[in-house]
Amino acid sequence: MTDFVQLWVYLSATPLFGLTATVSCYVLALAAYRRSGQAPWANPVLWTVVALAALLTLTGTPYPTYFSGAQFIHFLLGPAVVALGWPLWQRRAQLRTRGPALLAAALAGGAAAAGSALALGAWLGLPSEVLRSLVPKSVTAPVAMGIAEQLGGIPALAAALAVLTGLVGAISGPGLFQWLRIRSPAVRGFALGTAAHGLGAARALQAHPDAGAYAGLALGLQVVLAALLMPLLAPLLRALT
Amino acid sequence: MPAAAPAPAAPALLPGLAVLLLCQSAGEALSRLAHLPLPGPVLGMLALVALVALLAWPPVRALVGGTADALLGHLSLLFVPVGVGVMTHLPLITQYGSRIALVLLLSTWAGLAVTALVLQALLPADEARAP
Repeated sequence: MTDFVQLWVYLSATPLFGLTATVSCYVLALAAYRRSGQAPWANPVLWTVVALAALLTLTGTPYPTYFSGAQFIHFLLGPAVVALGWPLWQRRAQLRTRGPALLAAALAGGAAAAGSALALGAWLGLPSEVLRSLVPKSVTAPVAMGIAEQLGGIPALAAALAVLTGLVGAISGPGLFQWLRIRSPAVRGFALGTAAHGLGAARALQAHPDAGAYAGLALGLQVVLAALLMPLLAPLLRALT
Repeated sequence: MPAAAPAPAAPALLPGLAVLLLCQSAGEALSRLAHLPLPGPVLGMLALVALVALLAWPPVRALVGGTADALLGHLSLLFVPVGVGVMTHLPLITQYGSRIALVLLLSTWAGLAVTALVLQALLPADEARAP
């Protein structure tokens, strides 16, 4: 028994633990998601996060210990943002002909998401550092962290809020589109990529290849637009809080 | 004794990954040196577009495309470590939990609805309503 305890103490402190737990939980959650017929509520990221949070709490493993292993997966977010250039380039013909419409939708949707979060959060009396971390919530996590830092928010909180936003979009998006009678996969995908970044895009990709391509395009556009425009909000935030 | 069958060629992910990392590094360097408001990976993404547009050499495109598709195919896995990090903000979240949840829900729906409705209105009717 003491041998086992010693072994656990050793293993749970090595990066091996975080990496193994993340990949194994995700593989199981993904299998369950496919078995459910890709039901939105069975979102694999949601259940992987819930399972891992429960595992860390039950075993008393601190988050930094977990992250020492999970960082190898986390690191790939950077190259993944770079990789978004590929679908962007592949769709350059659509981008050229549909450019103005796509740009207008990306600007309007991004502004609606950030503006409504800021207005509603301020009205509900959320503290200043939470408000500043909420602004870039519809941008993919690694970029949201950078923007939050420029705005005086908490980068780690901004990343967490971005992931929660992505989950909300991926889970409730299909129902919302049905209610609004939006059927075109391109429009659905573009909206998911704009308002729910990578998690929305992952959901769109599973629904329809066109939806996935437009979601990748939207995600890439949102990253560029947000990184360029959101820092301009800094004076407004200073006035507001 | 039959000769061993040649091993199937492994998909060449590494050269593409090297290109992505080089683009990211160039982006980070440019972002820091020129004090640009764009984060390194975003500049790296633009560098990748410029690279595949200018280098009209099919092997480069095939390598980059294969790696990019593989990486983006598992995009949701990459958000798990940050998602678990929500745990570390439990004090803030329990204090403001219902208000943060309300803001996230309503603002995400606003973003989804506005994007979809604007795009649907602006695209040609046959494309916007295609099943």
